[in-house]
Amino acid sequence: MLKNMKFINMKKTAALLIFLTGLMAFPAHAVLTIEITKGVDIGIPIAIVPFSWKGAAVAGESMSNIIEADLTRSGRFDSIPSTDFLQQPHTAKQVRFKDWRLIKADNLVVGTIEQSGAGTYRVKFQLLDIYTGKTLTGYQYNVQSSKLRNIAHQISDIIYEKLTGEKGAFNTKIAYVTVEKSKKGRRFLLQVADSDGFSPQTILDSHQPLMSPAWSPDARKLAYVSFEKKRSMIYIQRLADGKRENVASFKGINSAPAFSPDGTKLAFVSSKEGNTEIYVLDLRTRAIKRLTHHHGIDTEPSWMPNGKGLVFTSSRSGQAQIYRMNADGSGVKRLTYSGKYNARPSVSADGKLMVMISRGNGLFHVATLNLRNKELNKLTSTLLDESPSFAPNGRMVLYASEQNNKGVLAAVSSDGRVRQTLRFLQGDVREPAWSPYLRRQ
Amino acid sequence: MKNTSKLILIALLAGMVAVSGCNKKTRKAEGVGMDGVSTSGTGAGFGPDGQPLGDWQGSGDLLSQTTIHFAYDSSELDADSLAIAEAHAKFLSENSSITVVLEGHADERGTREYNLALGERRAQSVVDVFVALGVSAANIENVSYGEENPVAEGHDESAWHLNRRVEIRYGR
Repeated sequence: MLKNMKFINMKKTAALLIFLTGLMAFPAHAVLTIEITKGVDIGIPIAIVPFSWKGAAVAGESMSNIIEADLTRSGRFDSIPSTDFLQQPHTAKQVRFKDWRLIKADNLVVGTIEQSGAGTYRVKFQLLDIYTGKTLTGYQYNVQSSKLRNIAHQISDIIYEKLTGEKGAFNTKIAYVTVEKSKKGRRFLLQVADSDGFSPQTILDSHQPLMSPAWSPDARKLAYVSFEKKRSMIYIQRLADGKRENVASFKGINSAPAFSPDGTKLAFVSSKEGNTEIYVLDLRTRAIKRLTHHHGIDTEPSWMPNGKGLVFTSSRSGQAQIYRMNADGSGVKRLTYSGKYNARPSVSADGKLMVMISRGNGLFHVATLNLRNKELNKLTSTLLDESPSFAPNGRMVLYASEQNNKGVLAAVSSDGRVRQTLRFLQGDVREPAWSPYLRRQ
Repeated sequence: MKNTSKLILIALLAGMVAVSGCNKKTRKAEGVGMDGVSTSGTGAGFGPDGQPLGDWQGSGDLLSQTTIHFAYDSSELDADSLAIAEAHAKFLSENSSITVVLEGHADERGTREYNLALGERRAQSVVDVFVALGVSAANIENVSYGEENPVAEGHDESAWHLNRRVEIRYGR
């Protein structure tokens, strides 16, 4: 049985890989590989038929591929390889339900794309329940060709929400830092891309290190640490127009920015009083309040989703461990006891799960701690994993890892079942931060 | 461990006071304002003219070492590191026009923000020695780069060892 499962597992990964190699023909910015690590057939079975296309061709990946990659990456779905399909319907009317029952596709996605004008396309899709024969949902969009990927992610979100009852987080952004080395030295880029790593845009280009990008809760601003003045300082930059402001340039370290959930405050780390402590900057009044008072290292503050407290890393016990405190710095309580190094915590939107970096057997891996029952779950087992960041729905974690001496970004489902590497073509990639939900504008 | 370093520190301190006492007589005053009048234009023209390290007798070997290494997740100076730090402290305390930047670094293991703090602690350990030995705090700048500026690229202890460091950089 186990062997059999492994076989299916490999077959699926291979099928996906073949499916995705179509990508390579285009000037893609990232190559995706999906690795299902354990437990196949736990996900919701779904078949996504390639959408029909009428009109001028557009370079890029097919929408059905993007949707399939999204859903698989979440760990909540098992997509059926298109080679198993017995028919290729594009509308609900064309669907022969028995053909899909036969291959155990509980859910089916069909769609069409038609050119509707110069560079614009009409996209329609329907999600069907194979057993009831009913159409669960369907939408149409009229978009520019440059927005087709975004629409695919929106469709993924709709399917995800319809079938799991939870909000999807595919139509979101990620921020990260890339490093390119050349004879002239290193070049650091702060970039923002779609949640699957595509369509990257550079928002800052520097010859000095960049660190710790952090999203504002409205996803319109990024705070980050830049060494452009030869030491760490914190900036807040608006994404729309690139305007930015230096908000912390005190003596010593200025780092680890974290917006409060209501966006009115910025927690950060400073050593202006001689030791690394956590402070909160009120973004309206510019008042600064010190939260920690300990001679150990206190760093990596991250807000509880209700804004009433923060989790942070402290070496106050002699080694890095994770603590929580109230928003005014009172009520400090240690949260991690297992292992000699637990750091960089952040808490899921529902407040139930904390993700962090844990050291075990000399490896630094991504782990979660269930804040209710204290259950520890190791999600990765690579050497140098860093910077874990929850998707806004808390179901996936984006993190930085190391492969063949290069920094890569990877995503793992919060239960550890499915991992995916986003392998960028240039430079080292590090310090990912998953955006909050994007607001409709 | 701590006690040993403290003892060495005290011993060296005592020695240093004696050494620096006689040394002062043999060296010319380089500063300004001996008569109580301060002059402007302190930046250019004063100071050691680009070779501060060569003219020191005694601890020349130690002064030529401008990198101090540390153990994993530690900001404590071992005896060798302390000797290097003290040699520089001695030099600086007698050359009060010279400024120094202490640049702290960490290896790649552990989180970046934690390592930024660790790098600063390492630099601060050296600052503490300097200040204890009479270097003016105003002449010392402590900067941490965490794990962002490694000197060795590998992912093994030999590279990590080289990257866990404080670099002593003299000002112009």
